[in-house]
Amino acid sequence: MTSNALQPDTDPAPLLDIRSLAISFETSNGTVDAVQDANLSVLPGETVAIVGESGSGKSTTALAAIGLLPGNGHVSGGQIIFDGEDITHAGPKRIVELRGNSIGMVPQDPMSNLNPVWKIGFQVRETLKANGRPSSDEDVARVLSQAGLPDAGSRAKQYPHEFSGGMRQRALIAIGLSCSPRLLIADEPTSALDVTVQRQILDHLASLTREMGTAVLLITHDLGLAAERAQRVVVMYKGRVVESGPALEILRNPQHPYTRRLVDSAPSLASKRIDTAKARGLSAPDLLAADPGQQSGKATAADVIEVRNLTKVFKLRSGLGRHADFRAVDDVSFSVKKGTTTAVVGESGSGKSTVARMVLNLETPTSGSILFDGVDITTLDKKKLFEFRRRVQPIFQDPYGSLDPMYNIFHTIEEPLRVHGIGNKESRSRKVRELLDQVALPSSVMRRFPNELSGGQRQRVAVARALALDPEVVICDEAVSALDVLVQAQILNLLAELQADLGLSYLFITHDLAVVRQIADDVCVMQKGKVVETGTTDEVFNSPKQDYTRALLAAIPGAGLDLPPEAA
Amino acid sequence: MSKNQRTQEHFVAPVDSAGLPETDAVQDGREPLSMWGEAWRNLRRRPLFIISALLILLIVAVAAFPQLFTHTPADGACYLADSNAGPAPGHPLGFTLQGCDVYARLIYGTRASLLVGVITTVCVVVLGGSLGALAGYYGGWLDAVIARLGDIFFALPLILGAIIVMQLPMFRENRNIWTVVLTLVVFGWPQIARITRGAVISVRNADFVVASRALGVSKFQALVKHVLPNALAPVIVTATISLGTFIVAEATLSFLGIGLPPDIMSWGNDISAAQTSLRANPAALLWPAGALSVTVLSFIMLGDAVRDALDPKARKL
Repeated sequence: MTSNALQPDTDPAPLLDIRSLAISFETSNGTVDAVQDANLSVLPGETVAIVGESGSGKSTTALAAIGLLPGNGHVSGGQIIFDGEDITHAGPKRIVELRGNSIGMVPQDPMSNLNPVWKIGFQVRETLKANGRPSSDEDVARVLSQAGLPDAGSRAKQYPHEFSGGMRQRALIAIGLSCSPRLLIADEPTSALDVTVQRQILDHLASLTREMGTAVLLITHDLGLAAERAQRVVVMYKGRVVESGPALEILRNPQHPYTRRLVDSAPSLASKRIDTAKARGLSAPDLLAADPGQQSGKATAADVIEVRNLTKVFKLRSGLGRHADFRAVDDVSFSVKKGTTTAVVGESGSGKSTVARMVLNLETPTSGSILFDGVDITTLDKKKLFEFRRRVQPIFQDPYGSLDPMYNIFHTIEEPLRVHGIGNKESRSRKVRELLDQVALPSSVMRRFPNELSGGQRQRVAVARALALDPEVVICDEAVSALDVLVQAQILNLLAELQADLGLSYLFITHDLAVVRQIADDVCVMQKGKVVETGTTDEVFNSPKQDYTRALLAAIPGAGLDLPPEAA
Repeated sequence: MSKNQRTQEHFVAPVDSAGLPETDAVQDGREPLSMWGEAWRNLRRRPLFIISALLILLIVAVAAFPQLFTHTPADGACYLADSNAGPAPGHPLGFTLQGCDVYARLIYGTRASLLVGVITTVCVVVLGGSLGALAGYYGGWLDAVIARLGDIFFALPLILGAIIVMQLPMFRENRNIWTVVLTLVVFGWPQIARITRGAVISVRNADFVVASRALGVSKFQALVKHVLPNALAPVIVTATISLGTFIVAEATLSFLGIGLPPDIMSWGNDISAAQTSLRANPAALLWPAGALSVTVLSFIMLGDAVRDALDPKARKL
């Protein structure tokens, strides 16, 4: 891959050259400098990745190149040179000319970037027309099939809601590439997709742009993905470029402390479980031996949760009065051993979240049983259920949605204590402080409201709330999927440490195998409602037995990168 | 060649002397703000809000202490000698056909108009709000029954329905503020019920509601403690706006002679009485009509400003 970048003699002039760019936003709190002194260049046909956490200015920099800054933002310094032409302050007319034809764009969210009331074909044709290209039905179908949509002719007549996420992203790529631009800006093109779909899409995007000789400016927060897909990487932090250079060199030899931190925490690059109790010489049986209530054998710890032949059938409405059965969860069995982590992995639609909801007793199984501490939770009466709630707590995916915006942090964490009538006002207040301390938040956040905290801080509050009742089992439903890699690593470390300290058992629901590697002891792979493979993490990662598991493993970004062991 | 070298070099920015801050560090020093706190800070700077709030304060003061604003007593005698007379010292707005002081009647009429508006709004919010919240939260047959029931009342125009109800013997016999309020509530609740139902539906599946259920909060408690507070903003906005329309509705009914009885002073009654002498003395009609317009406008402006301040899209994360 690097060989491409080493052909300077054929075409040394950069296609896009951004020189000491500064961008500022006018907000109600005054001027905010979003980007300062950013330098980057993209050679023709080259793929360059901008890596950084949210708020680092990576998207803003790329959007400035295509003149799509929000109304309150403007370029306050520096130059943007596209193909030798300074377009920093180009008029609206010139920018519109450039868009589509010369600079294409693939936006981030495939769910909201297609207009739901127009057919896919119409939206592709719109782009072709706007750039003065032939726009017959055949042209539209050709563009769509190029982007890897099977049966493009009839697909073009469908509406966005009839497409899956991956297909929508393909349609967006088709639109972005329809007018053969020389530069394609791909803003987190796959962060909303499953890993296997992500891989297909990125593979296809790479081969397409190679064929057409299109340069790609890829924006991502995953350093592993960037290193795998790009020849050069630009790392941005707080609106500044902190490091840039050849991808593999940056990965192997990061210089700036921030880049080092990124390399350390990229889940796709991690090759082992987070070092906690185990690394300190304690193995699972030792932990159990330390627990006085536990008298089981050595190697096999007792199952705290045992799921047997769990099935959930949803009735889907199909026409008047008729119902079709949909088996969301089909004969699923697995168990969670005390003090360990079991991960349930699968793509969206595999039924893994439904399993989590049933284990939490928020959904009733159609058949099968869930044993918690030897008792079937599907048959609990009201009082026993209340008791069960105290022992099993959830952490949800979306840290923006799982905290009540009207409750301040103190009330959020205190709520479970109050509901279960634990302690008096002072002891509860003390407990909240303790919990905040456990999740490494200062007690000054108690009086704040969720909208004042970042996503990672909110997730830490959610962890504190889940721990308030001293539960035995915590069910994490995609608990880190919505977070940036650095914050993700931080939360995973926190969870691992809490497990070591408190002897918690985790049921970890995720689509991301890279995360599984870091946190789980046992893995259960689900596909279309069925369990296709179970085993210890090492077994599943080192010798996967099913094709589906192998596909999932291969799809981890950066999996194919050859790195020295100490890089991870 | 030099260009090429520039693109290939491994650039590393100098590290700040302060070093790299900890990942996701909490920014201290800002004062904590709730949604309402932020809304209040936002409202304080809106001229629309300040003007409407001052006007409403004035109107409330007039309704509560009318004798502070006029020297003419409430049961001040009307002298036919003054019929349709123009402004006179102590009587700045002139006289009605019956020789009553227009200004004094305006001041004393405020209370009835405002009471009808406020009481109706409170009742409508309580009734419509609870029915809408229950319908939206529990769904199923309860939702179907409440929603259809609301649709039936919604389909009837408020004024037409009120005319029919107020003509019923039991209402015709004892007309007072309460019968007018009752009639307006019966036809006004579906609007609030609809808004509340929609707001509750949009919140009921939020993760934080599921999270609270998983903590052991009962289903009804989750509605009261988590769903309703988060669904309240659009309801409050609609309520402030409909307060104005209820004042107008009372005036309309009184104008039609089926609202408040003539012995209760209200703007609607004054407008109704003044129509006979519209050409001879337009002032007797225009002043109460103007007062009505200003009051309604203030409440609608307040509702608008509150809606803008509570708009979640305008709030920064």
